[in-house]
This record gives sequence, structure tokens and C-alpha cells, in this order.
Amino acid sequence: MSAPAEFPERVVIRGVRVVDPDSGIDEIRDLLIDRGVLEAMEPSLPPGVDGVDLSATGKIAAPGLQDMRVHLREPGDEEAETIQSGARAAARGGVTRLLAMPDTCPVADNRGVIEQILRSAAEACGTRIVPAGALTKGREGAALAEMMELRAAGVCAVTDADRAVVSSDLMRRAMEYARGADLLVISHCEDPALRGAGVMNEGYWSTILGMRGIPTEAETTMLARDIALSRRTGCRLHIGHVSCAQAVSLIRQAKAEGLPVSAETAPHYLALTEQEMRSYDALFKVNPPLRTEADRRALKEGLRDGTIDVVASDHAPHPTERKAVEVDAAPFGAIGLETALSVCIEELIVQQVLDWPGLIHAMSSRVAGILGWGGGRMEIGAPADLLLIDPDAVWEVQPDRFSSRSRNSPFLGRTLTGRVLLTIAEGRVTHMETALLG
Amino acid sequence: MSFRRRHLLGLEGMSRDEVLDILATARSFRQVLDRPIKRVPALQGVTACNAFFEPSTRTRLSFELAEKRLSADTINFASGGSSVSKGETLRDTVRNIEAMRVDVVVIRHGASGAPHFLARNIDGHVINAGDGFHEHPTQALLDLYTIQEELGRLEGLKVTIVGDIAHSRVARSNLWGLQAVGAEVTLVGPTTLLPAEIEKAGVRVKSRLEEALDGADVVNVLRLQLERMRGGFLPSLREYAATWGITRERLALCSPNVRVMHPGPINRGVEISDEVADSRESLVLDQVTNGVAVRMAVLYLVRGGRGNGAERIPAQEGSGA
Repeated sequence: MSAPAEFPERVVIRGVRVVDPDSGIDEIRDLLIDRGVLEAMEPSLPPGVDGVDLSATGKIAAPGLQDMRVHLREPGDEEAETIQSGARAAARGGVTRLLAMPDTCPVADNRGVIEQILRSAAEACGTRIVPAGALTKGREGAALAEMMELRAAGVCAVTDADRAVVSSDLMRRAMEYARGADLLVISHCEDPALRGAGVMNEGYWSTILGMRGIPTEAETTMLARDIALSRRTGCRLHIGHVSCAQAVSLIRQAKAEGLPVSAETAPHYLALTEQEMRSYDALFKVNPPLRTEADRRALKEGLRDGTIDVVASDHAPHPTERKAVEVDAAPFGAIGLETALSVCIEELIVQQVLDWPGLIHAMSSRVAGILGWGGGRMEIGAPADLLLIDPDAVWEVQPDRFSSRSRNSPFLGRTLTGRVLLTIAEGRVTHMETALLG
Repeated sequence: MSFRRRHLLGLEGMSRDEVLDILATARSFRQVLDRPIKRVPALQGVTACNAFFEPSTRTRLSFELAEKRLSADTINFASGGSSVSKGETLRDTVRNIEAMRVDVVVIRHGASGAPHFLARNIDGHVINAGDGFHEHPTQALLDLYTIQEELGRLEGLKVTIVGDIAHSRVARSNLWGLQAVGAEVTLVGPTTLLPAEIEKAGVRVKSRLEEALDGADVVNVLRLQLERMRGGFLPSLREYAATWGITRERLALCSPNVRVMHPGPINRGVEISDEVADSRESLVLDQVTNGVAVRMAVLYLVRGGRGNGAERIPAQEGSGA
């Protein structure tokens, strides 16, 4: 568990593999951290440097992870998660900054709610919380949110979270207005009519299990529309939680055309398929749904060739009693802050889809670039913002070990590889495994 | 004996021997139903709970009668409930069932997978009496039983299932059960009511009725839920009846010895004509009688019953696990 107080004031982390895609560094270095500031990052620091010596052979140091899709549930559903508990879960997962979705209650569609979230975030554990604003008032898809006000309050991206703006006309206006406000629009691509009452991917398994299916076209028809509107409006568009092969193709095409489009997927789409639903366990009910093996492969190919820029956790907490019901009655969503990196190590590094710089780029520096955040890199003389990973540590996902208030992980009981030993967010230790100091 | 399952959740993945085992056990219980005293002590002291979250008359009565014929104590639980409140009700039911020390739960529920949810959460045995669009295993078993009684075999028979396949748990259980015992299954219906990729389950799929009926030994006609019109699946009831209704003329396309089945309740003049429903080829009422025997067999077997429960008082039964 984390115990920030025990971390030494001045520490030399020796022999660690530094992966910093922004500067192109991927080599063994010694790091000197003094009162939270990254003072030096040299191939070899002399033994005489004053400070606690930490041998980190075989470990990896990288810029703090940036997670651009997190539902924190506060205000409104603190039983599921709070800003505090979400921030702690982020820290355990190596995340130093996250984009909080605006689907709170009240909705983060105005300055007041944004400021309230920022105030609570300041008291949280040190993970930086950046709230996204709603794209439309109340996320109702009927009128534009006050985007200029939102931007003045510190918002850099607008989205209706897990709801699409159904009216194409309003979406067009929203994207035009957002471009003028220099805000990134994050789209949840889903035609609600095509989704209907669906609970899982439509195909052989939904047929066999007798579950209402969600066709991939629920995702791709809306995606094609939003790409077309990005072409029309010139608005920067980010496609949230991409789940299927056809969507990857559409995004690849849009990028080849030079449109300002970026895209993200989530670890569960890389690791799991619709077949998990054979258990009739609502832990696997996510939106968009888990798809087929072919989709899973296409997402990895998309990450490999850069079509998909980012992996975000899509952390969506729900209390156990809401998920421990039959699938039809359960809400969509899975937590992921504390497992995202480990799942990605397994699916992307071990399976040789990406190398370490590629993975850190997709989970840190690229995210910072898309959102216009500084950071996502190892900067000498600045407050340290980094994590230390043991890439070989093996651990079991246990329900009672989460920092999140919720336990709705689709990876419960699984053995994962790779563990975060230390997280420092802007100079502050937010998570440390006791084993780190020996 | 091959059937050693603790629950009956569905027929998917069930072996030929397991299915035949249930049918053989049902045959001995079927004889009980013709005796003057239609009762055996096989499940004496066992408590069965019929938890029906969807309206049902014949399946519930059939299970209740089967339980009584086996000398079990029965309690009934019925609840409608909107889809929103379903989760709440099922969870509460689980807790109540545990507290009442019920041994066997027979569950009918609108959500696919609800029996699996129950099986994960209680100690007793669970029998699926229909879950969503998923399975209705005892209905398929009684269909198989009835076919075997009538035609003397199952292997190699051509069975055509007609109608709303997409929303039918009867179709799904039948296709698994029939294929397990070597029958050939053809599904036919309006293309909007044929679910995605169902052909991967090993069945033939047709969109023209005449083609699907050609040489069929059995035609199993599904009930058309009238709300499918509102969902945009079908243009009109009239067109459905004209295109998919089973009439005497269409029966002529089948094997000369064809039999017609229907899980009930029948929309006469829609999916099946009056004339066919009441014809000598119709097995509808045999299905109902046989249903009790098949359900007796399933109740008996999940409890760990072995051998001929109809003829003797089984020795002290364990928990049946």
C-alpha cells in the first residue's frame, strides 16, 4: 500500500530503464530526485551523490500515465466512487493526471460544477484531476453547453461522455462552436436506436445466449457521421473507446485524409471478447460491448500502425449490488484504473504489438499531446512526474485490494503481469509499494 | 446413467447420452400418469419452489403437477415486474429462497441468464423453465419425447422449426437437443426474425417456407408474439399468416407421415390454421401430457435420482450434488 511519508527526501534510483518517448530515451539511467524534483537523469551518477540509494535493476521508469477517460462519479454517485478514491486508484495504476468525464449529477456542463470538482480535486491525493465539460446542456443533446465559460474554468475538452449527440445538426453546431473555443470534442459513437435494448455484441454469441445484440453499426454509422462533420467543421475530434475493426478502418481512412481525428481504445477491448458473456456475468457488460476476436486483433493492429493513438482505462465504477444482478438489469461499465497498465503490458508488450516507448506514448505522452497538456515527459529540473514499474511482477486481481470504491472489474481473479511500484505526481509521491524500499 | 448435472440450465453442450437418459427416465414416469394412483414417493421431503417472474400458465401448472406426482412439497412465487425492478426482485428472491431452505428452484424469467445467476448464488438445484430468448430446456425435452413416442426414433429425422426464431427460447433449446440426438434441424422464418449467425450452430437456415418444409418429418410451429409488429420486424399479421402460416396445403410438401407441434398458446389462424391445429397430425395435446413426465424426470435426475424412480422408493437420497 502507499505510504508517502516514508519516501526519502533525496533518493538515487540506480540502473533503471528510462522510457521517455518524448525525448527518445530508452536506456539505463540513474535518477536523482530531491524533494520531489527530478534533478538528474544520467547514464551513471557517481557513488558519492548524497541520498538514499535505490537499486532498480530490471525496473522501468516512465513519465506518469495520463488517462483520458475516467468516470469519477462525484458529485452525485459517491457510493460508486469519489474524487478522492478515484485519485487514489489512479495513483496505484501509475496515473498522475486524468480527464474526468462530465456525466456527474449535476452534469459538469457549467462553470460552477467544474469549479466544485477542481476544489475537491485539490484536496485529493495528488493525482491531477482535469474535468471535461459537457458538449450539450445536461448531456441532453438539445442545446449547446456554455463552452467559453467551461474553457475559462479550465476545461480543455468537451463531451457528452457515454451519450452521442443524436441530432446531426446540433452535433455540427457543437463542433463548429468547439473549434472556435479551441476545445477538443470527444465523441461517444453510438446510434441509440441501433443499440436499442442491446447488452452485448450482436453475432453468434448473442444469438446463442439469447441476449439482445448491439451491432457494430451502432458504433460505425455514428463514427462515419462524426468524421464527416469533422471534415465539414475542421473541429479536432477524438473518438472515445473504439471497440471494433470497422471503426479502426474508418479512422485509418480519416487520418490518411489528414483530418484532425484521434482515437482511443480501452484495455478490456484488447484483452477480452464477447465470449466472456457466456458466464452471464454483468461484470463483462460494457458500452460499447466486448466484440469478437477479429475486432480485438484489429484494435491491436490499429495501435501498432498509429491509427489508434491512446489507451485509456474507461474506468466506470458501479457498486457491487448494481452489478450483481442479471445482465439485462445491470448498468454498463467496468473499473480499470488499477489494472490498465498491467493488462496493456500483457496484451501489447508481451504479445509484441508495441515496444515500451510505444506503450508509454499511448498511455502518457500522446494523451498529453492530444489534450494540450504539458507533461507526459521526463523533465530535468521540474517536479518529478513519473512512475516506476516492475514489468515482471505477477499479481492476482482480488476484489478486496482495490483503492477504488467499486469492484466491478472484468479481470477479477485473473493473474496479471507488471506492477506499479512508485507513482510521483508533480513531485508528490502518490503511491508506493512497501517492497520498493526493501 | 449419464445425466449427472446439478442444475438444468439449458441443452447447449448436452451429450446424446444425457438427453436419452432424461427421455428414458421420463418414459418410466409417463407410465405413472396412466395409473389409478398417479403418485410416487421419489421426492418425498424435498421442497420445490416455482419462481415465475413472467406470466405462464401451462409450464407452471406442468411443473407443479410434476412435483406433486413425485410427492415433493411445492411453493409458488409469481411476480410480473418491470424490467427496471427485475434485478431487485431476483436478488431478494435469492435471499428468501436461501432462508427457506428450498431444495429445488424452478425459475422462469424474462432475462436471459437469470437461472445461471440463481445457480451461482444458491445452494439448491436450479431448473430453467424459460429465460428470456435463451433456452427452455424442458419444453425441448418434451418435444423430443413426443417425437420419439410418435415416430419411434429421433436420429435422422428432419425437423423444421417455423417462425420467430430470434425471440424464441424454444427454438434454441430444440436445436441443441435435436442435434444432440442426431436429428437434422432446419429453421425458417421472416429474415428479420432469424438471429445473427445462427447457421454456425449447425442448423440449416431457410427464408422460404416451401423449401424448408420439403420432406420434413416434424414441423414445430412457434408462437408469434403480436408485439413484433410494433418493433418493425413485420409489416402485418395478415402478411405473416399468408406467408408463414402452416396450412393443410403446405403440409402436403412435407413427408407423408409428418407431425405438427406447437409449444402453445396458439394464435389460431396466424401461425397455424385451425384445421391443422386440430388435425390428426397435430401433437399439441400429447406435448402437454408428456410435459409432466419429462419434468418429473428432470426434477428426479437433478436431485441425483438414479434408476427407475417410478417403480421403487429410492434408498435414502443424499444432497444429490
